[in-house]
Amino acid sequence: MAEHTTFKVFRYNPETDSKPYFQSYQVPLQGGKTVLDGLNEIKGQQDGTLTYRMSCRSAICGSCGMVVNGHSKLVCRLQIAEVLKNFDEVVIEPMRNFEVIRDLVVNMDRFWDKMDKVTPWLVADEENVPATERLQSPADFNVIRDASSCIMCGVCLSDCTSLEVDSNFLGPAALAKAFRMAADSRSVDREERLLELSKEGGVWDCARCYECVQVCPKYVAPMETIMKLREMTLKADLVDNRGTRHVEHFTELVLDSGILDERRLPMKTVGLTDLKGMLHMAPTGLRMMLKGKMPLIHPHIKDVDELQRIAHKVEESK
Amino acid sequence: MRVHDVVVVGSGLAGMEAALRASQDGELDVAIVSKVFPTRSHSGAAQGGIACAIGNQDPEDNWEVHMFDTVKGGDYLVDQDAAELMCKKAPEIIYELEHMGLVFNRLPDGRMAQRSFGGHSKPRACFAADWTGHAILHTLFEIVLKRKVKVYSEWYVTSLIVRDHTCHGVVAYDIMRGALEVFKARAVIFCTGGYGRAYKITSNAHANTGDGLSIAYRAGIPLEDMEFVQFHPTGLYGSGILLTEGARGEGAYLLNNDGERFMKKYAPERMELGPRDIVARAEQQEIDEGRGINGKTCVNVDIRHLGKERIMERLPQVRDLAWDFLGLDCFSECIPIQPTAHYSMGGIPVNLDCECVIDDKGTKIDGFYAAGECSCVSVHGANRLGTNSLLEACAMGAIAGTSAAKYAKSAPDLSLPDDADVEAKREIDWLLNARGSVKIADLGDELQRTMMDDCGVFRTEAQLKRQYDVVKNLQQRFQSIGLSDRSKTFNTELLGALELSHLLDFAEVIVLGALNRTESRGGHSRKDHPKRDDANWLKHTLAYKDVDGPRFAYKPVTITRFQPQERKY
Repeated sequence: MAEHTTFKVFRYNPETDSKPYFQSYQVPLQGGKTVLDGLNEIKGQQDGTLTYRMSCRSAICGSCGMVVNGHSKLVCRLQIAEVLKNFDEVVIEPMRNFEVIRDLVVNMDRFWDKMDKVTPWLVADEENVPATERLQSPADFNVIRDASSCIMCGVCLSDCTSLEVDSNFLGPAALAKAFRMAADSRSVDREERLLELSKEGGVWDCARCYECVQVCPKYVAPMETIMKLREMTLKADLVDNRGTRHVEHFTELVLDSGILDERRLPMKTVGLTDLKGMLHMAPTGLRMMLKGKMPLIHPHIKDVDELQRIAHKVEESK
Repeated sequence: MRVHDVVVVGSGLAGMEAALRASQDGELDVAIVSKVFPTRSHSGAAQGGIACAIGNQDPEDNWEVHMFDTVKGGDYLVDQDAAELMCKKAPEIIYELEHMGLVFNRLPDGRMAQRSFGGHSKPRACFAADWTGHAILHTLFEIVLKRKVKVYSEWYVTSLIVRDHTCHGVVAYDIMRGALEVFKARAVIFCTGGYGRAYKITSNAHANTGDGLSIAYRAGIPLEDMEFVQFHPTGLYGSGILLTEGARGEGAYLLNNDGERFMKKYAPERMELGPRDIVARAEQQEIDEGRGINGKTCVNVDIRHLGKERIMERLPQVRDLAWDFLGLDCFSECIPIQPTAHYSMGGIPVNLDCECVIDDKGTKIDGFYAAGECSCVSVHGANRLGTNSLLEACAMGAIAGTSAAKYAKSAPDLSLPDDADVEAKREIDWLLNARGSVKIADLGDELQRTMMDDCGVFRTEAQLKRQYDVVKNLQQRFQSIGLSDRSKTFNTELLGALELSHLLDFAEVIVLGALNRTESRGGHSRKDHPKRDDANWLKHTLAYKDVDGPRFAYKPVTITRFQPQERKY
């Protein structure tokens, strides 16, 4: 094993740098060191100006989210040796989808703003407050246990592919918080929450890329909570929104011909009466047509009735 | 200048409870000032539980049994009126948290579950898996958001403005902008936490540098019982990262290199569930006598027999920590652990209303309050029981908020002293221009290493004298430090230097307090004075800042229900 590891670190100080750059450091590598230990070694012995947040160094405070070799991580729980299994050097950048303040420190306002939008507290029955605790079965506790382990590190937002293209999207952390509140057996505002969450920017705008589940350092699995919120929305019959229509018509169209009819899906999802919405979709449709992704004549598969029978069986078994 | 009625410094459990109580009726303008974002506060790292004698698991439990366990656990240095207050208030606090939305493990009938903990004679720790502190911290933060309490996140308080025994506010440095500002307040509540970072092996966060303690000390306020430092028995080997006592609460074994459950020699009845001071000493003795694992400075904690299902239900973080930091699979392997600096029993002296009281006559600093780990009320005496810190932080934080609000409503509007921020400005200017050759990292490392070696689990006169010289030498060398970062934007090097200067200030108080106290009690264990000495030392230490170093005085312990007796487990 090499005696030193190269740390290539993103640097930017708005007071002195016109643009960001990378700086390389040689970190003496000893057994059992984390990437955070490496940064502290650099800051203490080589370069006091290197700037980053950290605190607990045991993956519970959520301060030290950074992008390491392409993915967002808490650097306190990431072993240098683990990185070196796949890479020759440790490349560290600030979290994405946030404004950089200095070096590896980002402005977290965006995170908290989104959190603020989901009423991030429990709304329970305030008129009949018992003298002791409100009861909750172990099963009901288990529903929200993992979602409540969120440490608000922002790593999921940093790697969220939907947020990258849609700044309006509430994002995985806030939606996981919303799930934790809506799914709490003590909550009395589930319907209002679900209605709010089914609007634009809410649960239907997740692209289901799974990145947030991959990078979450705790047990939250944000995307899975978003999928649960979708199920709850459908169960509550809150169907008057694009997301629900998309899901319903997607299924209907696939069952009709065996292949998704890309020509009819947007019309059904947006609704023909929504002229503005339709116009918004038009350029995308045109591009799809030009690239051959949306043939003018929609094909059918053979034996589509077989598919419908399978779907029927699945539906029955639910 | 910024003006608020009440300024709370620190945003952990105590700080947020204080702010919520102070702002409860909506009459006062309350602000929290914290060097980290509230959810980053170290209260969130507490794992095992919060003590509360609600008797869900054992109907025989009640506040008086809880109080007795607390007093005995604290080796009778506990002020018993304070312990009674805390134990009686516990149910109110825990039910209030539950009503706020706290997510806690439950019994089959839907009530909150409770587990066993060291030194508690009944299972009374309410818990959320092994992230109890996290659960409470986030619940309180949710209510802080709901209440729209003003929070100054990433503002570092540099000094307390006290003149003629009256507090006028604080001076704080905005880390983001690099600007120093005066906060005028009728009441200030310090909830600034502990100082594990004075030690090399610690469970504490990098932020836990005890700033609040020396800020108060520099403002003329004494520090109480600082020689009592708690070493937690189960810090991960090498780093000291906390592995919850809840593991032992669930039935974990402690094993030496011979595979022996050595606690049978030290606490034959309670075994692994002895109080922390006794278990930490037992481990250290096993290690010192050559029974550490493979000759190393660690023993093993074994949870294999608990089974995967119970571990995943109740101790999931233990599994993650062992894997992430030691590469060990706790389902099939033992986890090496060692005593780790964990908690400060001492702190800013306060009375039952959390008002700062600076002597044995009850002289107050008007408008200055403290709660949680930075304070000494003293509910923990010479040794804190596990799960009592979260309770203390919440209960005393709430009391501090209520009494500060009451005071702020009637306090006169005083004009600020002209020189309120002069000293803070001088300190920061000096640091930004420090061009010496000494590295702050080197001073910090040396302090931590030597405090661990010579002011740790066991102490002797020779060690403490040596350590005193080391600390004085480090203070001297601090005058020759050099910093390279002169930026105004998020200057963390500057913060590191400020924090180090605080550590060096009160480390001297810890060492001298320990040197003076020629007895062994709770977390303070003198090899050259191995017995508790009630005739001479059943009293609290008070250390005042003087020109040449701390001046010591003492005050009596409040004893109400339980007379001191020999401590056996």
